[in-house]
Amino acid sequence: MARPEAGDVILKVENISLSFGGVKALSDISFEAREHQLTAIIGPNGAGKSSMLNCIQGFYHPQEGTITYRGIVRKPEKSHEAARNGIARTFQNIALFKGMSTLDNIMTGRNTKMKSNVFLDALYLGPSLKQELEHREKAEQIIEFLEINSIRKTPVGRLPYGLQKRVELGRALAAEPDVLLLDEPMAGMNIEEKEDMCRFVLDVNEEFGTTIVLIEHDMGVVMDISDHVVVLDYGKKLADGAPDEVRNNQDVIDAYLGVAHD
Amino acid sequence: MEFLHAMTIGPIVEIIEYPTFFMEVLIGGLLTGVMYSLVALGFVLIFKASGVFNFAQGAMVLFAALTFVGLMEHGLPMWAALIATVAVMIALAYAIERLVLGKLVNQEPIILFMATLGIAFFLDGFGQTIWGSDVKPLDVGIPSDAIDVGGVLINWFDITAAVVAGLMVAVLAIFFQKTRIGRALRAVADDHQAALSVGIPLKTIWMVVWSVAGIVGLVAGVMWGSKLGVQFTLSLIALKALPVLMIGGFTSIPGAIIGGLIVGAGEKVAEVFWGPAVGGAIEDWFAYMLAMAFLVFRPQGLFGDKIIERV
Repeated sequence: MARPEAGDVILKVENISLSFGGVKALSDISFEAREHQLTAIIGPNGAGKSSMLNCIQGFYHPQEGTITYRGIVRKPEKSHEAARNGIARTFQNIALFKGMSTLDNIMTGRNTKMKSNVFLDALYLGPSLKQELEHREKAEQIIEFLEINSIRKTPVGRLPYGLQKRVELGRALAAEPDVLLLDEPMAGMNIEEKEDMCRFVLDVNEEFGTTIVLIEHDMGVVMDISDHVVVLDYGKKLADGAPDEVRNNQDVIDAYLGVAHD
Repeated sequence: MEFLHAMTIGPIVEIIEYPTFFMEVLIGGLLTGVMYSLVALGFVLIFKASGVFNFAQGAMVLFAALTFVGLMEHGLPMWAALIATVAVMIALAYAIERLVLGKLVNQEPIILFMATLGIAFFLDGFGQTIWGSDVKPLDVGIPSDAIDVGGVLINWFDITAAVVAGLMVAVLAIFFQKTRIGRALRAVADDHQAALSVGIPLKTIWMVVWSVAGIVGLVAGVMWGSKLGVQFTLSLIALKALPVLMIGGFTSIPGAIIGGLIVGAGEKVAEVFWGPAVGGAIEDWFAYMLAMAFLVFRPQGLFGDKIIERV
């Protein structure tokens, strides 16, 4: 299947600055992500990549700058609103519900799609039961898609790291997001797991047309799969453009390979 | 020698000699245990969903029962009083979330615990200020005569309590396992940040769980109130729920039930058969001793989440 065509700008980050006490995590960052595209934010450790993602999602509130999503400036106060507006994410240090099964974890991802009535729910009657079954169906499709059938009932705390990452992706997908934020989806994986994850990320983008913003510090992986790359270093933007442009940018080469001081 | 005999062989012989009497004591104990479970359930709900040990659960039981009786004394029919009390408990949950817990998000557990301690004292005082502090009899029409089952006398009241507890556990189990809100509750209990990322609003969930705990408290309050009369000592029943929780596990609904049964049966049997050897009054502290033993050998309780640390 072909990669979908780039659409309009869906997410616009303008002049974002974020500091924690005296530490400047991000200074004056601007970039855009287009609909259906795969935008990668790369940079060495401590470059401010995760902070950027947390700002987009609303966990962090930048001191300056605006983030515009679908033409509306995001208000900082409520981070759970992001999910309702179609932004789903995964975390660098997996944040799954460890005591719950794979299926239940993925079902929580459908939270925003379900309506609910406490009293009917308590009795598990009528509409509640019907709705539960409909959403269960969707969850099963995602399980199928990610090839995690065999672990549907396993508490995720018991799964190996690579599979946990996959379940976390599943939970994010369950919300049928317009924008998917992935925080180092391939970190800590072996080559085989990385290839699997790349394949799933690309499949998601192709099949559902989901806009993806992902963070990686492994240049190789990123250059192969993304349409657009933003490079951060020490909280500043070094480069922004198509993978090939970025690859040949002198600042980026210096940041990654180091500069000789002589 | 005589003491050793009274502690070891004596009671066993007695049990074997009078099996019907033993059964009666055992069943009486189990059914009292169910009543402990009712109180313990409220603790488990809040602990499961927010990691807060809600010291105010006992006060909530008292407050719910006082409100219910008070409204009935003012001439409301029972069903109306029940609905009104449920509404009051939901309003209380809303107020607690808004005024206390909502301000303390991300604080240490000990701070949240202290806050619930404050809520407990406030509710004890507030309830009695509004409704008065005299003992109020409560009659919701549960028959109190005993029936004979194979030579063992069982009180109708105790049977009703057991049925009520059973129904409540069934409803709560389905609610937690199978529904959206139940899943959201478990998700919040597991990881706040991840829960927010999938769009679960923490505050709403806390409100729901405190409301449910309030309603469970009302059921416990009505049952205990019918048994003892509605009075201040109801809030102390919460102290009996502590050993139940240590034995059953703080995070398990079935654990609260089994823990209650063990405590109820254990203390009655100990009192009747072992009590005379040590001069009686075992019933008051037996549960705590049992709980201490559990803490040493199985700190997470019978059904609690196993404590695994990955390093």
